[in-house]
Amino acid sequence: MDVGHLPASEFDSAGFEQTLMGSPEENPVPDMVQLLTIDGEVRHDPTYSSYVADLTADELRGFYRDMFLVRRFDEEATALQRQGELVMWVPMTGQEGAQIASGRALMPQDYVFPTYREHGVAYTRGLELSHLLRRFRGISHGGWDPREANFHLYTLVLAAQVPHAVGYAMGMARDRLVNPKLPEAATVAYFGDGASSEGDVHEGMVFAASYNAPVVFFCQNNHWAISVPTEVQSRVPLANRARGYGFPGIRVDGNDVLAVHAVTRWALEHARSGGGPVLIEAFTYRMSAHTTADDPTKYRLSADEEAWLDRDPLLRLEKHLRSRDLVDDAFFEDLREEGRNMAVRLRENVQAMEAPGFEDAFTDVYAEAHPLVREELNAHRAYEAGFADSDADPTAASREHTA
Amino acid sequence: MSTTMTMAKAINAGLRAALESHPNSLLMGEDIGSLGGVYRVTEGLKADFGADRVMDTPLAESGIIGTAIGLALRGYLPVCEIQFDGFVFPGFNQITTQLAKMHSRSEGNLSAPVVIRIPYGGGIGSIEHHSESPEALFAHTAGLRIITPSNPQDAYWMIQQAVACKDPVIVFEPKRRYWLKGDVDTSAPTSDPFSAQIVREGTDATIVTYGPLVPVALAAAAAAEEDGRSVEVVDLRSISPIDFDTITDSVKKTGRLIVTHEAPTFGGIGGEIAARVAERAFLSLEAPVLRVGGFHMPYPVAKVEEHYLPDIDRLLEALDRSFAY
Repeated sequence: MDVGHLPASEFDSAGFEQTLMGSPEENPVPDMVQLLTIDGEVRHDPTYSSYVADLTADELRGFYRDMFLVRRFDEEATALQRQGELVMWVPMTGQEGAQIASGRALMPQDYVFPTYREHGVAYTRGLELSHLLRRFRGISHGGWDPREANFHLYTLVLAAQVPHAVGYAMGMARDRLVNPKLPEAATVAYFGDGASSEGDVHEGMVFAASYNAPVVFFCQNNHWAISVPTEVQSRVPLANRARGYGFPGIRVDGNDVLAVHAVTRWALEHARSGGGPVLIEAFTYRMSAHTTADDPTKYRLSADEEAWLDRDPLLRLEKHLRSRDLVDDAFFEDLREEGRNMAVRLRENVQAMEAPGFEDAFTDVYAEAHPLVREELNAHRAYEAGFADSDADPTAASREHTA
Repeated sequence: MSTTMTMAKAINAGLRAALESHPNSLLMGEDIGSLGGVYRVTEGLKADFGADRVMDTPLAESGIIGTAIGLALRGYLPVCEIQFDGFVFPGFNQITTQLAKMHSRSEGNLSAPVVIRIPYGGGIGSIEHHSESPEALFAHTAGLRIITPSNPQDAYWMIQQAVACKDPVIVFEPKRRYWLKGDVDTSAPTSDPFSAQIVREGTDATIVTYGPLVPVALAAAAAAEEDGRSVEVVDLRSISPIDFDTITDSVKKTGRLIVTHEAPTFGGIGGEIAARVAERAFLSLEAPVLRVGGFHMPYPVAKVEEHYLPDIDRLLEALDRSFAY
C-alpha cells in the first residue's frame, strides 16, 4: 500500500474502506450481523436469531432502560467534569448498544477485563456507578473491588488487560479440570479499534489460541483512536484478523442490541464449552470526545456524526419497541424521571467523595512490609509533624524513623 | 541435610520443591519444557510435573508476563522464565505498569504474586542482548521485589521464598555462576531473602556487591589480605528492598566502602547505596564511597567484555584509591 493512500483526517469512510482493504476477493468485508434494521425492523439470521428468540418484552424494555440510564450517567459525569468535580472523564455515548447488550450476555461466573470506557458493561455487572468515578475524581487508582462483580479495574495502558484476560481464562479452564463441578466460565477482554494496534492484543490472541482459552475478545470499533481513524490502524476489517489466529471473528452491528446480544451469547457459549476464543468486532461510533480533554471538531466532520445519529442504538430499539406496542409514552417519561433521580444521587455521591490522606498512598505499595516504604513514611510523618501547628509529636516519628 | 550442587541444579531443585509444596504454582516460558531451558535450569520438571505445570509458551515476553498476571489474579502462582536479560524489554510494560501496580491500584484487594526469573550478566562470551544487567530499571519501580542469589544455597531457597511471597518478585540469576558448586542445606531456609549477608568479615574496608560479582569481591578481598588489608564483603542478595542497615553497620566498622556491580555505574544501584551511606554514616567514612561498575555504553562485544566487567584488579585499584584518602 502506498503511504499516499492513507486517509486524511476527514475521509469518506466507504471510499477509504475500499482503497485500504484491497479488492473484495483479497479481503472481503465480513457480513455484518444485524438483527434490527436502522428502522427497528427485525431481520432474520439463520445462526444468531435463535439467541434472542427467548427475550421477553420485559427484557427488551430492560435493554432500553439500561442504555438510557448509562447515557444519562455519562452525561452527568461529563457535566461533573466540566464543573471541576472530576479531573477527567471518558465518555461512552453512542456505544450503549455494544456495551449493554454484551454485558447482559454474561453469566455471574464470567469475568470482565475492561479498558477505561466500559461504563455500560460495569452497570450490567451490578457495579455501583459512582465507584467508576473515584478514579476520575482523582482519589483512587482503582475504585472498586473487582471480585465483587467480576469486573476488573480499568486499565489505562492500552491493551495491557488483554493478556490478563487470557491468563485469567486459562486459570478458569484449569480450575474446572481440578473441580468439574465449577460452572463453565469465560472472560471477556474489551478493547477498542485503536488498542487493536497494540502488540498485547496480538500476543494475547496468540496465547488464547495456543491454550484454547475461554476468552471472548470484544473490540468496540468506535472508529476513532482519539483523532486517528480505524483505517489507519488496519487495512482489513478487524474481525478478519481472527482468521489468522485460527478462531472465529464476527463483525456485528454494534448499535443493534439484539445482534450484539446474540453474537456475544454465542461467543460466550462457544468459549465456556471448550470451543476456544472468539473475536467480536462491534461496529459502532463514539458520538462524543475521546475524553473531556479532546476536541473531535478538529479531526472529524459533523456530517459524519450526524450520519451516525440515525443509527443511535436507543433510537433504533425505541422504534422497535413502539412498533410492537411494547412501550408507551409513560414508559419514557418514567425513565426520564428515574434518570434525573439517578443523576442527583450520583452528584451527591461524587461531591461527598473526599480525598484520602496522603499516608494512604504508602499503604498498599506492597502486599508484605517493605522497609523502604516504611522508612519513607516515617520520614514523611516526621516532616509533617515538624510544622508548628501540627498536633503530632515530632519526636515520636523521628525516633521511629531512625530506629 | 546438605548436598553439593551447582547453582543451576539448586534452582532446579528449588523449583521442584516449590511445585511440590504449592499445587497452584506453575512454570511458564520459552523452551523450558522438553529442552529444560536454554541453561537446563528446568530440566526434567516437565517430565515429572506435566506440560500443564511446566508450560512451553509462545515466543512473546509481554504475553508470558501478561498471561501470568491473569493466572495470578485467578489464584495461581506463575513462575516465568525470560530467556535472557536483554529480552525482558518486550515485557517491560507488563512488569512496570501492570504487575508492579496491581496491588496498589486495587487498594490491596488484588495481588499478583508472579515470579520472573531472568538469567543476567556477562562473562559468558555471548552476543548482543545476552549479557546485560538491567536490575536498576526494575528496582526503580515501586511494587516489585528484586533478588539475586550468588551461591547454590541461596539459589535453592530464594526461588522458593520468591514463590511464597505475596508480592511480585524478579529473580535475577547470575548466569555465569550457574555452574558454581556449593553446599545446599535443604532442611530449612537460613535467612530472609530480602536481607544482605556478610560473606567475609573484615575491619578496614567494605565491598558491597551481589550476584555474579560476589566471587570476584571475595577473591579481591583475599588478595588485599596479602597487602595487609582486612576487607569485609557484603552480599546484597536483595536489590529491592536493600538492607541498608547491614551496609551501614559494616561501613561504621570499616570506614571505607566500594560498591561494585556489572550494570553501568551511572544511575545504578551503587549510586543509591553511596547516597544512603553518605546520609547515614557520613562521619564514619574515611574516604568517599567508590563505585566500580560497567560503563555508559551498550554491553560490549564478547571479545572485549573482560575490560567492561569489574574484576579483581579494578577492585584492588579502587581499594587503593580509597586508602589514599
